[in-house]
Amino acid sequence: MVADDTTLLPVDRHTLAVLVENKPGVLTRIAGLFARRGYNIHSLAVGPTENPRVSRLTIVVGAEAHLEQVVKQLNKLIPVLKIVELDATESVQRELQLVKVAATPETRSQIIELADVFRAKIVDVDHDSLTIEAAGNPGKLQAMVELLEPFGIRELVRSGTIALSRGSKSILDGSKVRIQSVS
Amino acid sequence: MQVTGAQAVMKSLEELGVDTVFGYPGGAILPAYDPLIEAKLRHILVRHEQGAIHMAEGFAHATGRVGVCIVTSGPAATNLITGLCDAMMDSIPVLAITGQVASQAIGSDAFQEADVTGISMPVTKHNELVTSGERIAGAIKEAYHIASTGRPGPVLVDIPKDILNQQVEWHWPDHMDLPGYRPTVRGHGKMVREALDLISSSSRPVIYAGGGIVRADAAEELRTLATQLEIPVVTTLMARGVFPETHELCVGMPGMHGHYTAVQALQQADLLVALGTRFDDRVTGHLPSFAPSAKVIHVDVDPAEIGKNRVADVPIVGDAKVVIGQLIKAAGERGAAARPSASEWRTHLAAMKQAHPLRVDQPTSGVIKPQTAIRRIHETWGDDAIYVAGVGQHQMWASQIIPWSRPRQWINSGGLGTMGFAVPAAIGAQVGDPSRQVVAIDGDGCFQMTFQELACAVQFEIPVVFTVINNGYLGMVRQWQHLFYNDRLSEVAIPQDSPDLVKLADAYGIPGFRAAAIEELDAVLEKAAAVTGEPVIVDIRVHPDEMVFPMIPAGQSNDSIVESAEEWHARQAAAARDEEVEQRPEVAEQRELDDAGRPKTDLAGGGVA
Repeated sequence: MVADDTTLLPVDRHTLAVLVENKPGVLTRIAGLFARRGYNIHSLAVGPTENPRVSRLTIVVGAEAHLEQVVKQLNKLIPVLKIVELDATESVQRELQLVKVAATPETRSQIIELADVFRAKIVDVDHDSLTIEAAGNPGKLQAMVELLEPFGIRELVRSGTIALSRGSKSILDGSKVRIQSVS
Repeated sequence: MQVTGAQAVMKSLEELGVDTVFGYPGGAILPAYDPLIEAKLRHILVRHEQGAIHMAEGFAHATGRVGVCIVTSGPAATNLITGLCDAMMDSIPVLAITGQVASQAIGSDAFQEADVTGISMPVTKHNELVTSGERIAGAIKEAYHIASTGRPGPVLVDIPKDILNQQVEWHWPDHMDLPGYRPTVRGHGKMVREALDLISSSSRPVIYAGGGIVRADAAEELRTLATQLEIPVVTTLMARGVFPETHELCVGMPGMHGHYTAVQALQQADLLVALGTRFDDRVTGHLPSFAPSAKVIHVDVDPAEIGKNRVADVPIVGDAKVVIGQLIKAAGERGAAARPSASEWRTHLAAMKQAHPLRVDQPTSGVIKPQTAIRRIHETWGDDAIYVAGVGQHQMWASQIIPWSRPRQWINSGGLGTMGFAVPAAIGAQVGDPSRQVVAIDGDGCFQMTFQELACAVQFEIPVVFTVINNGYLGMVRQWQHLFYNDRLSEVAIPQDSPDLVKLADAYGIPGFRAAAIEELDAVLEKAAAVTGEPVIVDIRVHPDEMVFPMIPAGQSNDSIVESAEEWHARQAAAARDEEVEQRPEVAEQRELDDAGRPKTDLAGGGVA
């Protein structure tokens, strides 16, 4: 029942890692491009990278979008530095999930046990609830949600997918992109 | 050296070699208009900001250089949007500088505030809100570079008023920080070889040349390639003139209102050599039935165009001039073996061209047919002039009829189809290339959208000839209502005599002439041609019933091309008969079909344009 770490993404999704210049308005440019060309974003996560001048977006798009066009159009945006599609089997893909579950003195220990199986942490406890923090691929997090549902889910929040390729190679290896770090 | 941000703007433009800006002052851009007085820049004061951006486009079209316009914040900047979008669609290098409210007021709904970088994002190649005085030079240098390289396009730089007033240390950056912008120039060698393999093994090849040939200044290379390999050429609306219309290999313009032979050439080809073109819907018609048996070599500087509408068998990303140069060189090395065996194909197309000329039925007295007017306009001002059109019937006729002979001879709004383009774009082109006469061929609908710029042409003595093909209708819309809405004309009539264009010319203090009958046309054009040093208006009253043919109804296959109104009506009648026949099968009649499987009809209408 417990989803293994290597459980694949749904086959109808593509994960794109996009390096962009860390400048105002970049996210609007990308979101606007998706909207006006009719591409659907399933999830989006943005954050800093090892280089303060560079931000990294992880965008999960549906297979219905013509991936080649999505990538080519994204590449036309001036602040976009590099785009790589991360294959589900060749990358580590993670989401972060916080779930507030209803808990009674009778069910509390069962919920904690369940969280342990998923290597999730209890991050908040109240008289009648527990908040669980779990990280993993979407399959694992979904499985956990299904098992917690009978106890009563009060609230749930999940981040967009972030992903890194497996192995020692970096996204910029072999790339012509040169970004100077701020000294 | 300490300068203000505004001075930095002027110095940056001077550093870039800009000598002309089209603009309109206002609140937020005021600081820039002060150092403008001393700057080595010619400022053309427009009457509406849309005029400024279309003039910048016309300037860029005519010269190949970046057209620059400068306007204030809010409504001035939003008035640029149509022109930015137009430049985006037709890949015109334009730099727009807009004033913005002071930094601390941004986001407060201040007077004349608009989120200009936000609004213009989808219609610019790039834009930037400048956030410090030190950034001005770099922002303008990068904007100019982005506008003019790769696939050209409009770039907007938005500068808040306080930044224009800031004191900065002047420094012209020697390098640009654009790590994400690296247009590919040279084609992949392997792809070039594969392209040649496809070309030499083809028997019905066509070069499908687009506006990219103009942008890349590749007309000479195109001519060399086509003649070296003896491949017929079609030139799109944006590429008219890149290959001489009178050349034996030229088969004309493809598309919705293209020449019959050009449309058929694409449909029947076994290979399309697509150069700087984007398989636009106006060329392909119903995409799945477009050029059904053709393989495709697609050369474009924009990788996103390759495979967007039509899969390319050989994709080549690169600058058209460079890639065609590579093709010429590689073909030269292969010698005669590179040449496809296409002599039968060329003979076939030549015969088709003979059999399917454009048709105009011009009476010898009375009404002027618009096609005749346009032909006489060309005969009057000749091949050396630059012709600028608006959008609609007159544009299609001009593109079809004039025997284009060189690139940048024909300026029009293709992708966006911007009515009102001609008046300001013609002014911009005339400013950019004073050595040539610029002649606007406009429609009466289009003309009234932007004719306020006549005042600008008068004030700066910009001697454009404005001809108006005046049929008293929004002609193209009327044509569609006639053909597809059962002639139920809805809101397309505009009075032919109001405004009175001759009196309008008088109001602007310039000569104006009118030709209302064919007998008057030549004399009127001669009088207009004799005017020098100032703009002139020529009102040509034409027959309102005339329609643009050939025509491929929107969304239909190119195979359903219709060559004349008579053929259209005959087909409609035949379809109605067929319906009747279906209901009464006993009266079914055998109708003779022509080689395209269409019912043969007698085509009335005499002369040939």
